[in-house]
Amino acid sequence: MIESYIPIFLVFGFAILFSLAVVFSSSLFGPQRPNAEKMTTYESGVKPIGLANERVSVKYYLVAMLFIIFDLEVIFVYPWAVKFKSLYAQQGIQVFWAMIVFLTVFEVGFLYAFKKGGFKWD
Amino acid sequence: MEMKDLFYAMPLLIVGGGILLILLIDMFFKGGKKIIPALTFFILLGTAYYSLFTINQLPIGLMPVSEFGLFYGMLSFGGKAHLFYFLFNFGSAIAVLIANDYLKKIETEYSEYYILLLSSVLGMMLIAGSRNLVMIFIGLEQMSISFYALAGYRRKNILSNEAALKYFLLGSFATGFLIYGMAFIFGTAQSMMLIDIFSQTSVLVKNPLFMIGILLFLIGFTFKIAAVPFHMWAPDVYEGSPTSVTALMATVGKAAAFSAILLIFVSVAKMGPNSVFSSMFSVVAVLSMLYGSIAAIAQKDIKRMLAYSSIAHAGYMTIGLAAVNPSGIAGIIFYLVAYTFMNLGAFGIIALLESKEGKFLSIEDYKGLGTRQPFLAASLAIIMFALSGIPPFAGFFGKYYIFLAAIQSGDTWLALVGVLSSVISVYFYLRVVVYMYFSKSDDESAILEISQTGLLAVIASLVLVIAFGLAPGSLIRLISGLI
Amino acid sequence: MRNLIYLSVVFPLIGFLVNGLLGRKFKSEKVVGIIGSGAVGAAFLVVLAAFVETLRMPEEGRALIVTLFQWVKAGNLDVSIAYQIDQLSLVMGLVVTGVGFLIHIYSIGYMHGDKGFWRFFTYLNLFIFAMMNLVLADNFLLMFLGWEGVGLCSYLLIGFWYDRKFEKSTTSDAAKKAFVVNRIGDFGFLIGMFLIYLNFGSLNFTTVFAKAGVGNIPESTFTLIALCLFIGAAGKSAQIPLFVWLPDAMAGPTPVSALIHAATMVTAGVYLVARCSIIYASAPMALTVVAVIGLATAFFAATVGLVQTDIKKVLAYSTVSQLGYMFLAMGMGAFSAGIFHVVTHAFFKALLFLGAGSVIHGMHDEQDIRKYGNLKKYMPKTAKTFLIAAIAISGIPPFAGFFSKDEILWEAFSVGGFGFWIFGVITALFTAFYMFRLYFLTFEGKERFDSHHVHPHESPAVMTIPLMILAFLSIVGGFLGMPAIFVGEEGNLFGRWLAPIFKSAETKIFTGAEHSHLMEILLMAISVAGAALAIYFAKFVYLHKPEIAEKVSAKLKPIYTTLLNKYYVDEIYDAVVVNPIRLVSESFLWKITDVKLIDGLLNKSAALVDYLSGYIRKIQTGAVQFYAIIMMTGILAALFWIIKSL
Repeated sequence: MIESYIPIFLVFGFAILFSLAVVFSSSLFGPQRPNAEKMTTYESGVKPIGLANERVSVKYYLVAMLFIIFDLEVIFVYPWAVKFKSLYAQQGIQVFWAMIVFLTVFEVGFLYAFKKGGFKWD
Repeated sequence: MEMKDLFYAMPLLIVGGGILLILLIDMFFKGGKKIIPALTFFILLGTAYYSLFTINQLPIGLMPVSEFGLFYGMLSFGGKAHLFYFLFNFGSAIAVLIANDYLKKIETEYSEYYILLLSSVLGMMLIAGSRNLVMIFIGLEQMSISFYALAGYRRKNILSNEAALKYFLLGSFATGFLIYGMAFIFGTAQSMMLIDIFSQTSVLVKNPLFMIGILLFLIGFTFKIAAVPFHMWAPDVYEGSPTSVTALMATVGKAAAFSAILLIFVSVAKMGPNSVFSSMFSVVAVLSMLYGSIAAIAQKDIKRMLAYSSIAHAGYMTIGLAAVNPSGIAGIIFYLVAYTFMNLGAFGIIALLESKEGKFLSIEDYKGLGTRQPFLAASLAIIMFALSGIPPFAGFFGKYYIFLAAIQSGDTWLALVGVLSSVISVYFYLRVVVYMYFSKSDDESAILEISQTGLLAVIASLVLVIAFGLAPGSLIRLISGLI
Repeated sequence: MRNLIYLSVVFPLIGFLVNGLLGRKFKSEKVVGIIGSGAVGAAFLVVLAAFVETLRMPEEGRALIVTLFQWVKAGNLDVSIAYQIDQLSLVMGLVVTGVGFLIHIYSIGYMHGDKGFWRFFTYLNLFIFAMMNLVLADNFLLMFLGWEGVGLCSYLLIGFWYDRKFEKSTTSDAAKKAFVVNRIGDFGFLIGMFLIYLNFGSLNFTTVFAKAGVGNIPESTFTLIALCLFIGAAGKSAQIPLFVWLPDAMAGPTPVSALIHAATMVTAGVYLVARCSIIYASAPMALTVVAVIGLATAFFAATVGLVQTDIKKVLAYSTVSQLGYMFLAMGMGAFSAGIFHVVTHAFFKALLFLGAGSVIHGMHDEQDIRKYGNLKKYMPKTAKTFLIAAIAISGIPPFAGFFSKDEILWEAFSVGGFGFWIFGVITALFTAFYMFRLYFLTFEGKERFDSHHVHPHESPAVMTIPLMILAFLSIVGGFLGMPAIFVGEEGNLFGRWLAPIFKSAETKIFTGAEHSHLMEILLMAISVAGAALAIYFAKFVYLHKPEIAEKVSAKLKPIYTTLLNKYYVDEIYDAVVVNPIRLVSESFLWKITDVKLIDGLLNKSAALVDYLSGYIRKIQTGAVQFYAIIMMTGILAALFWIIKSL
């Protein structure tokens, strides 16, 4: 049974190798001529203000969490859409309704967040 | 799956649909907020009765494990599951009655309370009806997350915040072990379906990974039932949460955790009466009973005292697990029913008396209640008698059936420790009664208006506590028929 | 209706709950009275309907058990709340609810103006509830529940006027005495019940009696069980040596004396023996004990009744005496005759008590018969109905008492022999004498009260109508059980009705002795003539020549005072039983065992637990990290254990 995990391990290995390669290839292959200006912190061309480890407003987290809602939706709907045809052939229309039920529950939650002012910044 | 199969999932659908409905009402109808508590109450009550009357009508374990069965065989309907559905829904309905005016009193009235409450009930139902490890996990998380939020529901109260955070931190810690255990079980049994796990148990017993998996799974839920040594959260959380939430967590929440333990217990039962788990349950039972009873004596806050008492009660019920026989399981379910209504009554009375500033949380405040509030005092006295296991109330027969199961399986010493612990517990239960009837109050000021719905909740619990004490036979026969 | 028999238990319960919880708030005696009486009336209708329905059924299918719900389940013990309909329970049910209903109505008048009016009806309803449980139960445990319930109600009602004096002490003392003496009896009942469960493995009547009928159980076991149950019966039905509480029970309001201490509760012991007839039939020795005790009680109480001066005391001893008759019948194996006497006695004794209540009511709480006289003039209805009852209890045909008493006397003669019979007849003569002594002193002759200050008056209709109904029943009630020599075996309706219940018991003890009809008629004539003579004698002594009575009592001073003081039984009990027990409990059990040993031990262990508790409390530091450490320790320990065990 351990064999069935081989593709996953392969993905893991590939991901690690790829990210390492991307990070280190630039310093490996690129030219390095540092000066004072280059060594300052880059912040969209503006001079940096305050410290980096500042407290972030709780609203950022709220938005982040709302983002997860969409994230989840996509994670679930995408594979479903891909496999829809074959699932439909197997099990009939209930495959469709199941997703509608999911989306309803989901959208009511989304609506709730919207109504309660989850998207307002202040 | 056909449309008519959905009919079987009615209890789940009603509660689930109810959550959405209430969310929508809350969003779109400004005037609709007033009916939300009533609506929640009737949803729960309706589901409770539907479940009760379909206990025997539905085929038990309706769907075999087939690929396209109802919910892919991940849920079972009828029988024991419906008995638990009834308990969860009916208990929560009483908790709604308690909450309604209590929330007004402490000035934290938001409709989200009822949404979270319904959502936790849905989670419990998913646990009790589940036939699949993942389903158990989803149910548990749905219940727990709702509870975390509910525990911190009094946002401006520092104790409530503390309770929520502690519950959340330790709860996630325990859930981690639970998942770890599930992973081991899945890894060894190669299936998430309980039915497959059970059928392979006799082979897997020799596999240490499987045993560790079961152990971790059980530990995850032992945390939820607040048994020693995984009980540390209970006193702080029970004390800090709003009383109406404590009433819910301490009763149906615990029942839900027990229902999960009973699910996997089929596997443990297959290992025979002398397995390592049986001894482990014995140790947990003894520690919980004695620890809970002894520590409760020193408490000055009544909710904290009841928290320790609930640790002790978890210990009594664990005796039923240690006995590893059908009568032990029947005893646990009976005990859960009795315990649920006893504690709902107790917390209901506290919620009725408690003021926004926290009066009537200290046991001292109950001095002289016998003359100031004769009915509530008498009810509380009856509930204290019932909790300490004095006949003819439900608590007595709960203990009786559990101890009987222990004796039948040869663990007489466990029953003896149980009796000893009951004797100790009489001390702190009756202290409340003594305060109410034999001490004079220093403060004769009138108690705030007593809520009518809360009173109804207390009366309902009281009637059940007495009824199950007078006629335990019918209930235990119903339970025994389902096991 | 037979399936709904439990309603006859539920209605009084509802009445009890409504009056008990809300009675104080009704503020109207009418509402409380109607609810209380209505509940019992409804119960009576239920039993009546069930009775009529049963009458129409063939004899074999008459028994029915209605199970409400399972009550106790423990191992083999399986007890339900279940009610049994059969000929015996229906008869008892009719008497309890029927007579009970009349007495409830009567009480509306009698208790008028009492500050505890609602409390009174609450207790009465509770009593009917318990009593119906007792007679309808289909198992010993439920019967015991009713048994204890009626004991409790008796206690509550004897001490109903808890603030009043009674004789040398208070009504509460009388109530306590009744309760304690009954507890002694209950102890016997309990032991008997344990023995039954031990030997038969069940507490259900049907199972137990079926097994008892088969007879592979030794006679000694039966004797033991029968005697234990009889101790219970003797306690409840005031037989020697446990009769002392009943005369004191007169401290309660008079309707209570009529309902509980004459018509229904005190006959529970008789019912118990009749219900267990098969057990008694299998234990001849126990039967003899029952018969002898019954006869001794009957005779003894009748002699005491001759000289009492309190109207209710006379009736109380008369009740003890009549209960003795019933047990005599049981001891003779004449179960249906005994039950028949229960029924007729319920009619006329309730009537006597209610009549006495009416007199007491009219005389403003005066109970001494020496201070009555010529009340016939003032309360004619009470006087007439009282006279009817007195005739009935004296055994003058064709009133009810004649038929039932005569049947018992005949059984005493034909089964027990001449000795039993002669004592029975003498008791009957005494009964006739003291009853008419009571009647003449109260209603005839000259007024012996101060007629300027005391104005006797007739009671209101709500009290006299029940009297009349009971008087009617006292006249005609006897025709249900006419002796076989007059109407043939088929004519004894009552005996034929009950026959199936006692069939197995009676075949077991049937002696086969046959006596001639002539003999029976002769004996009957003797007892009737004797009673008539006794009545005439009473009239002569107390109406025409009152000085004779005084002379006789002066001449026979020692006997007279002994009788007046009830043979000093109370004093003897105090000296022999009560005081020694009190002494031992005070000096040894309390001061040494309880205070030093038990309290000392308990307090020490409580202190230990308290100490531990203070320690354990400190584990709960409040720091969540520490909690996690404890959890982790637990998990690691468990893991270690499981790995080690593999």
